[in-house]
Amino acid sequence: MQPNDLDRIARQIRLRDLQAVFEAGAGHIGGEMSAIDILTALYFRVLRIWPDQPKHPDRDRFVLSKGHVALAFYVTLAKRGFLPEEEISTFLKPHSRLNGHPNCTKVPGVETNTGPLGHGLPVAVGMAKAAKLTGAEYHTYVLTGDGEMQEGSNWEAIAAAAQFELDNLTLIIDHNRFQQGATLKDTNNLAPFPTKLEAFGWDVTEINGNDMDEIVPALERRGSRPHAIVAHTNKGHGISFMQDKVDWHHKVPNAEQYQIALAELSETQ
Amino acid sequence: MKDVITSPKLHDCRDAFVAVLERLGADNPRVVAVCNDSVGSSKLGGFKSRWPERLVNVGIAEQNMVGVGAGLANGGLLPFVCGASCFLTGRSLEQIKADIAYSNANVKLIGISSGMAYGELGPTHHSIEDFAWTRVLPNLPVIAPCDSIETAAAVEWAAHYEGPVFLRLSRVGVPDLLPAGHRFELGKANQLRDGDAITLIANGTLTHRMLKAADLLAGQGIEARVLNMATVRPIDVEAVVAAARETGAILTAEEHSTFGGLGSAIAESVVAEAPVPMKILGVPGIFAPTGSAEFLLDEFGMSPAAIAEAAVTLIARKSSRI
Repeated sequence: MQPNDLDRIARQIRLRDLQAVFEAGAGHIGGEMSAIDILTALYFRVLRIWPDQPKHPDRDRFVLSKGHVALAFYVTLAKRGFLPEEEISTFLKPHSRLNGHPNCTKVPGVETNTGPLGHGLPVAVGMAKAAKLTGAEYHTYVLTGDGEMQEGSNWEAIAAAAQFELDNLTLIIDHNRFQQGATLKDTNNLAPFPTKLEAFGWDVTEINGNDMDEIVPALERRGSRPHAIVAHTNKGHGISFMQDKVDWHHKVPNAEQYQIALAELSETQ
Repeated sequence: MKDVITSPKLHDCRDAFVAVLERLGADNPRVVAVCNDSVGSSKLGGFKSRWPERLVNVGIAEQNMVGVGAGLANGGLLPFVCGASCFLTGRSLEQIKADIAYSNANVKLIGISSGMAYGELGPTHHSIEDFAWTRVLPNLPVIAPCDSIETAAAVEWAAHYEGPVFLRLSRVGVPDLLPAGHRFELGKANQLRDGDAITLIANGTLTHRMLKAADLLAGQGIEARVLNMATVRPIDVEAVVAAARETGAILTAEEHSTFGGLGSAIAESVVAEAPVPMKILGVPGIFAPTGSAEFLLDEFGMSPAAIAEAAVTLIARKSSRI
């Protein structure tokens, strides 16, 4: 699949995500828009997966550590064939298996339950370590938020990944520079990430995380050490009035804003 | 049942744990041990020397340890995640909740040196909250074996059970109580002695103290039923209700806070199904003073003599209904 095709799919996912947030009256739209290009590249180009066999032992593993963008994950999984696309309309409804954070015991394609931050990377380290022990050839990817990197458990896992020489592990940090109520810079600024990760023994690639031409080669990069991709993204990417606005962490557009956002995303199709 | 009074040979249940773990490891290459630098205190030296690559030591990092355990299970391995129970459960509780219990990961959590095994090291190292913290979590059986025989049986059972398990072990020596060849059944109490005056229920290091107390009571002409209840979740409701109906009073003892542990789990069933006078012995909601595990159990009213005395007081309440 070519970058142009991936861009088209990413726009479709953005549209469906926007519509579902509007209809459900909830969601984490800012961080969803920042991460959707990465999710699209993974699920429509990079991951070796079989949607009809979600537990296939050789599948590549993907862990969404920033579990609060579950809706973008559900829309991506549905579009890729892991669950019916019409099921997205049940998001957050009573007894829907699509709640605000992904549940691996109910939703095909979800590997581990996330929601509390700082959980996905340690689990991904275990997945990559298991492949080393069993000789399995799958690759493990994990997507975290940048604010999430403030959790100490991530740095325990980063140290362990280097110690275990996990060259089969790729961490993607969705570096949209915002957390719930403020910028990373004004809260607990971990940036710049690359020097810190390199000091822990990781290879690091910095990319524009909303540009397929940069995302795909970074995800496909292989080396002799664990690999971190610092993906510079825009919170609310693709919708002008949301972009880089802290308010849009989990705000829901009103009817007028919804029409503007729909028009913007449709125009670029 | 063996005579605990005249056969006082004591066993460290960690030895039974690692003996079974190594046997399982020899049979199944997917068995791995995960630890937080606790190779010595978890007695994993033998496992490490036989299969160094299958001993995953994450260093002193318990949150990562539990997450790594979940990931290893996702990759098709059978991880036994070992650490001092105070750190394993306290430091990593959210990982146990989200990565293990909620994700229903096939991970065996082994809490070593639980209760007040680290006695003099003080309350930071006591693990007298772990029943309360873990037994509220869905999907997670909580088990505290009473001797080396039950420990071996429970480890064997856990390895073949598909799903998470929390196994709470001690390092304090206990006599063997259950018959050789005992098979562990989840949520099933073992009656070690029958009687109709009262039922004494315990697990872990307290079961043999309950048996000694029952012996003292028998000397006073009081026949007490003694149940070993290793499984704290799911609790054996049937045995609890039968004890309440047939003996009319229940006394529990545990190496744990009186808040939220075995006694609380039993009380929940007693209140709902068959209310009778009941007393819960344990650490009475305080940080323990300095002392060895044995000293502290005595200090908190769990010497055999004090247990027997509590039983007599409780039996008196049966008739007065106060």
